[in-house]
Amino acid sequence: MVLPIITLKIERHAPPGWIRAFLPALAVLITFVLTSALVLMAGANPLEAYYYFLLEPLTSRVSLLEVLVKATPLLLTGAAVTLAFSGGFWNIGAEGQFLAGATAATAVGLAVQQFPAPFAIPLTLLAGIMGGMAWIAVPALMKIRLGIDEVVTTLLLNSVALLVVSALLNGPWRDPISQWPQSPEIASAAILPKLVPRSRLHLGFLLVLLIVVLLGITISRTAFGIRLRAVGMEPEAARFAGIEVWRVILTTALLSGGVAGLAGAIEVAGIHYRLIEAISGGQGYTGIVIATLSGLNPWAVLPAALFIALIDTGSQTVSRALGVPVYLGEVIQATLLLVMLAVLLLQSYRIRLEHK
Amino acid sequence: MIESSLLVFIVGWLAATLRVATPLLLATIGEIYTERSGVLNLGIEGIMFLGAFVGFATAARAEAAGLGAYLWVGIVAAMLAGLLTSLLMALLTVTLGLNQHVSGLGITLLCTGLAMFGFRLVFGEQAVLPRINPFAQIVLFPGVPILDPLLNQYLLTYFAFFVLVPLSAWLLNRSSFGLNLRAVGENPEAADAAGIDVFRMRYIALAVGGVLMALGGAFLSLAQLGAFSPGIVAGRGWVCIALVIFARWDAIRAMVGALLFGGVFALQLRLQTQGIGLPYEMLLALPYLVTILVLAIVGRRAPYPGAYLKPYRRE
Repeated sequence: MVLPIITLKIERHAPPGWIRAFLPALAVLITFVLTSALVLMAGANPLEAYYYFLLEPLTSRVSLLEVLVKATPLLLTGAAVTLAFSGGFWNIGAEGQFLAGATAATAVGLAVQQFPAPFAIPLTLLAGIMGGMAWIAVPALMKIRLGIDEVVTTLLLNSVALLVVSALLNGPWRDPISQWPQSPEIASAAILPKLVPRSRLHLGFLLVLLIVVLLGITISRTAFGIRLRAVGMEPEAARFAGIEVWRVILTTALLSGGVAGLAGAIEVAGIHYRLIEAISGGQGYTGIVIATLSGLNPWAVLPAALFIALIDTGSQTVSRALGVPVYLGEVIQATLLLVMLAVLLLQSYRIRLEHK
Repeated sequence: MIESSLLVFIVGWLAATLRVATPLLLATIGEIYTERSGVLNLGIEGIMFLGAFVGFATAARAEAAGLGAYLWVGIVAAMLAGLLTSLLMALLTVTLGLNQHVSGLGITLLCTGLAMFGFRLVFGEQAVLPRINPFAQIVLFPGVPILDPLLNQYLLTYFAFFVLVPLSAWLLNRSSFGLNLRAVGENPEAADAAGIDVFRMRYIALAVGGVLMALGGAFLSLAQLGAFSPGIVAGRGWVCIALVIFARWDAIRAMVGALLFGGVFALQLRLQTQGIGLPYEMLLALPYLVTILVLAIVGRRAPYPGAYLKPYRRE
């Protein structure tokens, strides 16, 4: 595995911890200053708008639960992208893997009518993982075997996934009862039970928290995690240290695709109970925002996803209260992504080969 | 009788192919300039969308104000929007040297959000999509069979095929600008040593690219549709990313690719309206699948610019 004389050491040439925690806060502040111009254009007071964005959703139980509901799939897509980017696999295709996972989960969810829930639910979620893995397998193998840049292949497969979903919903899966392009409902045994009655929060939230913690441990505490980060930072150095780079890339990619696929499965089994075209609506891309906001630190995915979910919820509150178009939320997320990317320049990483 | 109706179908299809290929061609050429300098601009999808919106909103306002050349005002505004967003992309990726794919996606998300925000702000929530009187097609051969329906095209289509493509082919391959651009994209260190301003060249390439992408978007709203809707671009930018690779970063081959992919889209549209029960999604997926296949076959030999995705730092 690792040659005896050389060990890999990943160093973080960063300013002290408090500054690292301060960077996202700085990015949020800059973003709000920049986007307040749009709030003014919409004829509202920016301070009031940001109150409705950030604080109002936290004051009622309904909207607080809604933040957790929205955070559920985002935690997974954020973790999926963080994992892939940390390993140097530029997976731009979480959106497509999400859709592939949702599709596979729907297929199984429709087929398990006779199964009891303890079997139906794991099978449905497993199908989602497999779907996501299958969707990322082609770009991953093309990168490993043929050296083809994964950015373009993962990106293009997003559009293909959306077309596959559309073909299924307008063709074989078209619900005969409704005229909408949507699949029939999955088996009731495959539906994730509610966590809080009369809300949309379901068991998937706890499952997702568990997975994010497990991924955090994997990346930061295990031997595989060290290899993953080594390959991500300097593949040549990693190869020199005896790491089988292709194996690490393949594992990283499959894990990432599987996690994104699971997000799709959980949205089917926990929220919609069926496949619809808007099942993802860009949550795979939002995963990239979350991964960047977390600075590729797996533990920071949790607050980052919750924050983005808060902005999602808050944009509806602002829209209702002040008449600012709901799309302000999207602009804020995109601005935050770009600002955070720039702010991260203040932090640098370095990998070192240490001779013992 | 059958032959003549087949002929009508084919002529109609070819004419539609030219129209459908126009925005693809404009944006693809734009992306080729950008990528030749060594920068991947994934903002293309969003810049097309913003171009479509800004062009439409400005034209609608100018039309309401009674301006005769309102469509051209829209075109100029769209190009300006493309210029500004691509300069932002340049600031992020060239000056700051940030990750190109994440920056590009960020630009796409930003432009999409801004356009939708602006659309709501300018037009409110209306049950019917606001419309304008779009560009008229140019009639070159009135009444002449085949030629009349075939060449009944928008001015922008003529511009894209007969001005932009030859001009870009010459600029990129023959002019000193093109050679410098290629040097910057292949080996910025050597280019810098030879006295070429790497940063300036990349800014210019991104700017030209952004203007063309926005023009492609504006063609959709100001010529083809006379309206703006959330689904107006619908992944065309991603098709262009595929087309650039398919065309191996060459303007002439980009035209061939845009015609091929445009032909597939136009055929799908016509089959759909004729109620032929083919799963049209399969046709729509073709451009993506063909490009992935081409990549798989060409493999490592795909002639990516040498400094593709690599920010340049002066030591």
